[in-house]
Amino acid sequence: MYLYDHYDQAMVDARVEEFRDQARRRLEGKLTEDQFKPLRLMNGLYLQLHAYMLRVAIPYGTLNSRQMHALADIADKYDRGYGHFTTRQNIQYNWIRLQDAADILADLAKVEMHAIQTSGNCIRNISSDHFAGAAADELVDPRPYAELLRQWSSFHPEFSYLPRKFKIAVIASDTDRAAMRLHDIGIQIVEQDGELGAAFYVGGGMGRTPMIAPCIKEFVPLDRLVTYAEACLRVYNREGRRDNKYKARIKILVHEMGAEEYAKAVDAEFEHMLDEGIEPPFAELERIRTFFEDPAFDQSASEDIDRSDPDFALWVDRNTVAHKVPGYASAVISLKPVGGIPGDATSERMRLMADLAEEYSFDELRVMHTQNIVLPHVRKADLHALWTALEAAGLGSPNLDTVEDIIACPGLDYCSLANARSIPVAQKISERFSASGKTEALGQLKLKISGCINACGHHHAGHIGILGVDRKGVENYQLLLGGSEAEDVSLAKITGPGFDEAGIVDAVETAADVYLREREDGERFLDTYRRIGMTPFKEALYG
Amino acid sequence: MRILTGNDLKSGEVIWWTGSDWSLHVEDAADVSGSEEEIARREEAARRVNASYAIDAELHAGSPRPVHIKDRIRALGPTVRPDLTLKPADPDIGNWVI
Repeated sequence: MYLYDHYDQAMVDARVEEFRDQARRRLEGKLTEDQFKPLRLMNGLYLQLHAYMLRVAIPYGTLNSRQMHALADIADKYDRGYGHFTTRQNIQYNWIRLQDAADILADLAKVEMHAIQTSGNCIRNISSDHFAGAAADELVDPRPYAELLRQWSSFHPEFSYLPRKFKIAVIASDTDRAAMRLHDIGIQIVEQDGELGAAFYVGGGMGRTPMIAPCIKEFVPLDRLVTYAEACLRVYNREGRRDNKYKARIKILVHEMGAEEYAKAVDAEFEHMLDEGIEPPFAELERIRTFFEDPAFDQSASEDIDRSDPDFALWVDRNTVAHKVPGYASAVISLKPVGGIPGDATSERMRLMADLAEEYSFDELRVMHTQNIVLPHVRKADLHALWTALEAAGLGSPNLDTVEDIIACPGLDYCSLANARSIPVAQKISERFSASGKTEALGQLKLKISGCINACGHHHAGHIGILGVDRKGVENYQLLLGGSEAEDVSLAKITGPGFDEAGIVDAVETAADVYLREREDGERFLDTYRRIGMTPFKEALYG
Repeated sequence: MRILTGNDLKSGEVIWWTGSDWSLHVEDAADVSGSEEEIARREEAARRVNASYAIDAELHAGSPRPVHIKDRIRALGPTVRPDLTLKPADPDIGNWVI
């Protein structure tokens, strides 16, 4: 993984001291809250429902065990012994004191981490495929390109005050595991006539106006990657609306201009920029790439797995994924125990995952946007030992991509923007399906819950989505069907009138039962929905 | 009734105006109807509170209870982590929130 050089470390260290001074001045009354708020947000420090909340960046979701240990230590030293892994592959702490914030940033800097650009109208943490560098189906490891873009976008003076926040994802396989087309810019590394390049999808997103990003350029040579990205941003920075925050995202601009016109504007800007020397030397990309070379895989690792323990065999079937090297697998540690809080991990569990990564996965972990953790490179021969350790710690839930593997935003339990609670609904649904024994029969069923229209829980992209709303001061939940964040991307549609907390759990089960009744061989929930449409579901839900 | 809330500047903890000081406990909150803006301005200037605002509340068993669920969750703590709330040992506190 990427390691800071002298310049990276100096920049982050300087930022810590700058923020320490800003926080001191705020506490001494030399800065008002109005003056301080944009400064703390630039360092990931929010004021949330119960306290200050710190969002820490995890670039493209990649961590080493030392960093995970540091995150656990921060949870114990400055918070309440746990953290929350988010749908942008980051981690949030919910109970931070302002007087501690600079010390936390200093502790993060010691392990090459920070909270810069995890808030505000700037380019946010760049996300990627959580199986990058391990996936059997990837063209190349997408992370060097994500890292190059991270370096380009960090402290970029031209893009520090965009019309709105800006999110970029980079993948390098036809299978989309990063919700790439639901980003402001989605980049897919592709091959054309033996040459690698980047396809650009611009203007996607969720939130109150969900849109799927159209492809505006099928192939950008890699030695023009940054220049083209900058051209996309420049057109947005110049033409994007600043008069209405609800119409300020790039998706609105692309939609209003039309993808073709927007692409022409980007092309014109791109041509203009080619002589400006913005593109970093290709050698820099090569330098970055060296940090992402394969670890020393055992080329003779056995493919055999002893499946005599049925519980272990189930976990292998559900929670491990094909690796590019024979004899290895990527193992998913579910942070979704039945009745648990999706994405939460105690410091004790963080340390265990760190230790297991060091022992079994070449010291690497990944945070998934689905709020689970990946150990990307595990020898198949070690899977049983890994699973045994996870089981003992309550981390062995075999539920990847099932109805129990629910994405849920913090919702009204933690978030000042939320209208309804998300977590209790997720807990009740996982308990319901676990008790009913239907999880196995339902197969892949991606369920995503947001506590407000901002859609941090990706409800638009759920095979089943749930949106919490406030109906005259009472929590109410809308049910949506038919969304997907994957390569078969689609936006979910609302079924009809909403439900109360108990009713939404029943409604999800009703929708699942329609699928079980109507499905044909090999169909997932999403496939059946797309074949039969909304009507049978509405009839079952509303009579 | 109207009650005034905000966050402690240093700790970020949720606090409630008692009429003379700030408390962690909403049941200590005083009715500030008509004077909420003046108190908020003065207390923010003195750096005793951050991001203060007034909300509607009603008396419940003799103590103020915020009208909106968001403020009740804010007053107590996350409903999904009773151990982290201000009343971890009260088995009925969920009924007060919901």
